[in-house]
Amino acid sequence: MSDLEAFRTETRAWLEENCPQSMRTPMKGEADFCWGGRKFKFQSEDQKKWLERMATRGWTVPTWPKEYGGGGLSKDEAKILATEMKRIGARPPLVSFGIWMLGPALLKFGTEEQKKEFIPPIVRGEIRWCQGYSEPNAGSDLAALATKAVDHGDHYIINGQKIWTSYADKADWIFCLIRTDATVKHDGISFVLFDMETPGVSTKPIKLISGYSPFCETFFDDAKVLKKNLIGEENKGWTIAKYLLTHERSNIGDMGTPTPLNMLAKDKLGTKDGELPDTMLRHQIAEHEIDAACFLFTLERAKDAAKAGGDQGAFSSLLKGYGTELNKDRHELIVKVNGSDAFEWEGQFSNNGEVARSWLRTKGNSIEGGTTEVQLNIISKRILGLPS
Amino acid sequence: MALVLNEEQQLLKESAEGFFTEKAPVSQLRKLRDDADETGFSTELWTEMSEMGFAGLLIDEDHGGTAFGCVGAGIVAEALGKTLSASPYLASGVVAASVVKAAASEAQKNELLPAIAAGEIIATLAVDEGSRHAPEGTALKAEKSGDAYKLSGMKTFVPEGHVADKIIVLARTGGEAGSTEGLSLFIVDRGASGLIVDRTISVDSRNWAKITFEGVTVGANALLGAEGKSFEALDSALDRARIVVAAELLGIAQHCFNETVEYLKERKQFGVPIGSFQALQHRAAQLFGEIEVTRSAILKALQVADAGGNVAWFASLAKAKASKTAELATNEAIQMHGGIGMTDEFDMGFYIKRARVLQHLYGDFNYHADRFARCSGY
Ligand SMILES: Cc1cc2nc3c(=O)[nH]c(=O)nc-3n(C[C@H](O)[C@H](O)[C@H](O)COP(=O)(O)OP(=O)(O)OC[C@H]3O[C@@H](n4cnc5c(N)ncnc54)[C@H](O)[C@@H]3O)c2cc1C
Repeated sequence: MSDLEAFRTETRAWLEENCPQSMRTPMKGEADFCWGGRKFKFQSEDQKKWLERMATRGWTVPTWPKEYGGGGLSKDEAKILATEMKRIGARPPLVSFGIWMLGPALLKFGTEEQKKEFIPPIVRGEIRWCQGYSEPNAGSDLAALATKAVDHGDHYIINGQKIWTSYADKADWIFCLIRTDATVKHDGISFVLFDMETPGVSTKPIKLISGYSPFCETFFDDAKVLKKNLIGEENKGWTIAKYLLTHERSNIGDMGTPTPLNMLAKDKLGTKDGELPDTMLRHQIAEHEIDAACFLFTLERAKDAAKAGGDQGAFSSLLKGYGTELNKDRHELIVKVNGSDAFEWEGQFSNNGEVARSWLRTKGNSIEGGTTEVQLNIISKRILGLPS
Repeated sequence: MALVLNEEQQLLKESAEGFFTEKAPVSQLRKLRDDADETGFSTELWTEMSEMGFAGLLIDEDHGGTAFGCVGAGIVAEALGKTLSASPYLASGVVAASVVKAAASEAQKNELLPAIAAGEIIATLAVDEGSRHAPEGTALKAEKSGDAYKLSGMKTFVPEGHVADKIIVLARTGGEAGSTEGLSLFIVDRGASGLIVDRTISVDSRNWAKITFEGVTVGANALLGAEGKSFEALDSALDRARIVVAAELLGIAQHCFNETVEYLKERKQFGVPIGSFQALQHRAAQLFGEIEVTRSAILKALQVADAGGNVAWFASLAKAKASKTAELATNEAIQMHGGIGMTDEFDMGFYIKRARVLQHLYGDFNYHADRFARCSGY
């Protein structure tokens, strides 16, 4: 225990000295995230410094092994680091699909060479990754994917199309599911990595209801993919794809600790005798915050159970499904709290319609990473053992 | 502290579940009901429970308890929620023990706690006077004359009040009904003159009492804590009870859910198990989620209660959510069992009845959602 306390003291001092003041202010939205990558423009010198300092310690990914640049922290130490960061309101130094999704899959399924090549640039935020899973005819039924790969000895030539590829136009590399055997379904899929600058790869942004274009159609036209960048065996990509999804889901479900709705409501509407004056809204907010608190403690319990050696597995489907539905509900209530102010789409007052655009964005939470219905299917089958 | 059970707590859970499954399955409650048993629980069971240490989980070892704390009390409550084992566990071992711990003097603790822990006496708390939980609404009067107090008024919804040896009663020594000031706690013996106990048979085949105080006279040594200043201690004891009630509700919800999932696998219609219908799968999966998040909130609240201090926010969170989840779980269980779910022969009826009573006890969903909001400052 005293070792952990020593770690806490050191960590606190280090953060105090190294986390720039501007990186201790709340993030206003995705625009404040540090995504890293070759094309990324840092918002400020502080943002850059913060990333570099944390990456040097491997603390962008605290629990990943030191040999690949990670922090090498135990889960207890990582929990302390997280608490200490939260204490001073430190922003995450780096967010990325490399951290949430690819890294854990590489650590489990990659060869030593692949880990050495691909993990350190994720840790340092040098390479930004995108996820090439969904296709126009393979959404919930992901294993129906058809992007065709033809074997050319040491490489494949691939042709086909992905869709809903988040940040494909901003990413440097893609982790991608391709069909290497068309005679079988799940057992004909392979998991490959390649550079988005490979000749024959192109992207076309799709505009969302929020007015932004965070995702793209991605086209492959005779794109050459080296076999050395095949993760796991040929035709065994489905296992890796699913493993990666459990990480993606836990992350989508984990909405952090958002500002309680009652704070937003009190700022906007004031109180009468210490209570929100709109009693129906007060009731709705209380119901929501009760569920939100229960969910937050569930995330804590899931992490502690995983630390104690339990396998999360399908439980990530619960976190994903519950967390995203909750977040949608939260944003519906934010709109109600803001009244007609929520509907301003452009202009200074609303920071260009931030409330409206964020609200609309949440509608995708219960679709991306597998829909709510798909999560319920997984819980029914894998946890409850209900028949097909 | 990790939000999971430690080894010792895991063992308690296993032994409690084994104990109630073997000694007091739901068929015991059915038999008590069918026999119109006057006590409403098996006294042998209560003796055995006390020998197991279950009556003294919240009581420290110096006072003859097993000192498992709130987490332990919650574990046992969840286990007996699964089997609906009837006993004065909640009334005496949880509620009364908590009130004595929070309010009584050292001498009173020395007298009462060992007896409660050993199951030698059954104590209970008489708090509510109307159909809704409202401790501050207390009108029952305690008038001081010399060294004694005279109690007049009535209390209702007093769990196991029909057999309790000691009744801890919330009375008004000052202030108006509705005020948290001027509230005092007294402990009254069952045989006291002017005390009229009416047994009420409840929908859940358990018992509570309506108790009328017709000028019951008690000495100053019957006062628990300082005169007129009992609300805080009472509320903090009630909070611990509320979380434990939430744990019993969780046991009920979990049991109904488990039974339902089994039935979905067994029951065939249209030539296939009904559990293959996605409409039912999704409802089951959603219920699973609600039960899991409820479990997290309750464990958190129990742990915080053991750490001491003000748990109002956590208690209201746990009681509100457990009430909502148990309502959903029992309703879904009956619906997904079809006609058989409606029959008295099938046990589900016992669970839905007990759930509603517990949902209401010491504040229902609305009471606690409102209190949760106030504790959060809105
Ligand atoms: C914001 C956002 C970001 C995304 N980012 C990426 C990305 O980076 N990379 C990537 O590869 N993909 C990404 N996706 C795609 C996402 O994974 C798919 O949209 C999702 O899997 C659903 O597929 P679909 O859109 O084809 O819908 P469909 O599968 O056609 O579903 C339509 C409806 O039918 C329901 N449904 C389908 N099958 C079943 C079933 N068996 N039982 C019950 N209901 C069913 C669904 O739940 C849904 O309600 C993103 C999506 C969004 C919204």
